[in-house]
Amino acid sequence: MEDATVSAVAGNPACGDMITFYLKINDQDVIEKATFESYGCAANIATSSIVTEKVKGMKLEDAWKITWKEIAEEVGGLPAVKMHCGILAVGALKRAIREYYRKKGTSPAWLSPELTFEEKQALEEEELARILSKRLKTTGGT
Amino acid sequence: MNGSVRELLKAHEGLKHEVYLDIENSSIVPKEVVDVMLSYFNQKAYGNPTLTHKPGWEAFETIMESAHEIATFLGCKNLEEINFTPGETEANNLALLGLAPHLKDRGREIVISEIEPLSVMHVAEMLNRHGFSVRKIPVDNEGFINLERLKEAISKETVLVSLSSVNHEIGTIQPIKEAVEIVKDKNPQAIFHTDACDAYGKISFNVQDLGVDLATISSYKILGPRGVGALYVKEGVKVERILEGQIGTQKLWPGVENTPLIVGFAKASELAFRNFKENVERMRTLRDKLIDGILTKISHTVLNGPRDEKRAPDNVNISFLGCEGEALTIELSLNGVYVSSGSACTRRVLQPSHVLVAIGRKYEEAHGSILMKVTRYHTNVDIDYVLEVLPRAVERLRKIAGSMGVG
Repeated sequence: MEDATVSAVAGNPACGDMITFYLKINDQDVIEKATFESYGCAANIATSSIVTEKVKGMKLEDAWKITWKEIAEEVGGLPAVKMHCGILAVGALKRAIREYYRKKGTSPAWLSPELTFEEKQALEEEELARILSKRLKTTGGT
Repeated sequence: MNGSVRELLKAHEGLKHEVYLDIENSSIVPKEVVDVMLSYFNQKAYGNPTLTHKPGWEAFETIMESAHEIATFLGCKNLEEINFTPGETEANNLALLGLAPHLKDRGREIVISEIEPLSVMHVAEMLNRHGFSVRKIPVDNEGFINLERLKEAISKETVLVSLSSVNHEIGTIQPIKEAVEIVKDKNPQAIFHTDACDAYGKISFNVQDLGVDLATISSYKILGPRGVGALYVKEGVKVERILEGQIGTQKLWPGVENTPLIVGFAKASELAFRNFKENVERMRTLRDKLIDGILTKISHTVLNGPRDEKRAPDNVNISFLGCEGEALTIELSLNGVYVSSGSACTRRVLQPSHVLVAIGRKYEEAHGSILMKVTRYHTNVDIDYVLEVLPRAVERLRKIAGSMGVG
């Protein structure tokens, strides 16, 4: 999105899942436009798509309340191995909202300084990807 | 049925053409094989082959004839060397686990490669937890085993070497004869097993010429039915059963033999070996048309594995950068093209294909890989259709990846 107010990334290509969210936010803190880019599997694309559909026209405060469980339900349920795709999509959204207020230099009362479950999971997955990359590179010849 | 699967299937309605290229994961059984199998369910030889009545004797006779036919194609000395199993996984388990009790007093070293199928890799790792050490020979960027490293790895302690004749994912035809010579030269006692599922019926493969002790073959890889395979065990090599129960005609696999499946396996073998040269030539032509078509029509693509004579005649494995493989399999399916991917997303763990990682592919390349196998039943029209659908599917997914893709 060319006129995005803010963007955020979650995931890592080493895991085969990476999402970028673009949000256009007006001066009333309402999301006017939301788009995504996904280098990922079908579950990743589907959950990202649902998140962008859902947040359009939403106040940031309401968008902040969205959980990965809601998204998983709306996509019609996710198998256990694909849960992280839904978590990643919501993680990217929350990172974008946080980034918006960081850039703005304000912090509304509802925006907890502590990381949400989805943000923590996204961090964990990114860390896992790094460990995995290292481990795979050092195996062989044993 | 699961609601979302029903919806997915509904999205496929009205397909104008379908091309099944996922022979790696299950065959599409030709009518002539199915027709032969059908009569064995209820018209003849439907008895248990160990029992003393007509349908039993007929079954006995049928199983022996099938074993004889397969033994001939494999170049066995006698048909007792063929042991039917429920498939490749079971035959590989039987080979490694069944040898272990006889080998453990001779030595404790097992040698495999980095690109073995999981039914060899995981079983070797299991033996590793039970007192054997496992050495994995590295491969080059086309998947060829490093013969120097193999030579170094063989010692007096080596009891078993298991190397595939043709890699199941990237089609590398290994120099198995040289590998056997290297192993036997350094340690004549070492047993050599090869998973030959992607060699049997596709390249020239003869157990006596190669000098292997054990070989695994599978029915569905040559377009026979799923649920049957065989382990060749050279006369004199001791393998123990890994399951116990009622023993019938198959000394190494208890339980009642599945005559229709065995008949289907033999028929599929017969069809693969009848006009063998033409069949192979046909597959090669289609394979190269598909590879060249993809590499010229779609940018940012990499062929995985070697080319020409060094590659299995049916194997096409290509990485599409900036395009996640599982998403691509679904996009292709919605257009009637059925393939599989080495992406982590198609697996139960977050790890891409170990074969692609072993040949040095980056994660993005492994995640964006697509595996296809052509058969003698495919036509130029099929390949043209794939070449029409694939560029559009890749383009669509690359668009979704946007700045994270290749643009």
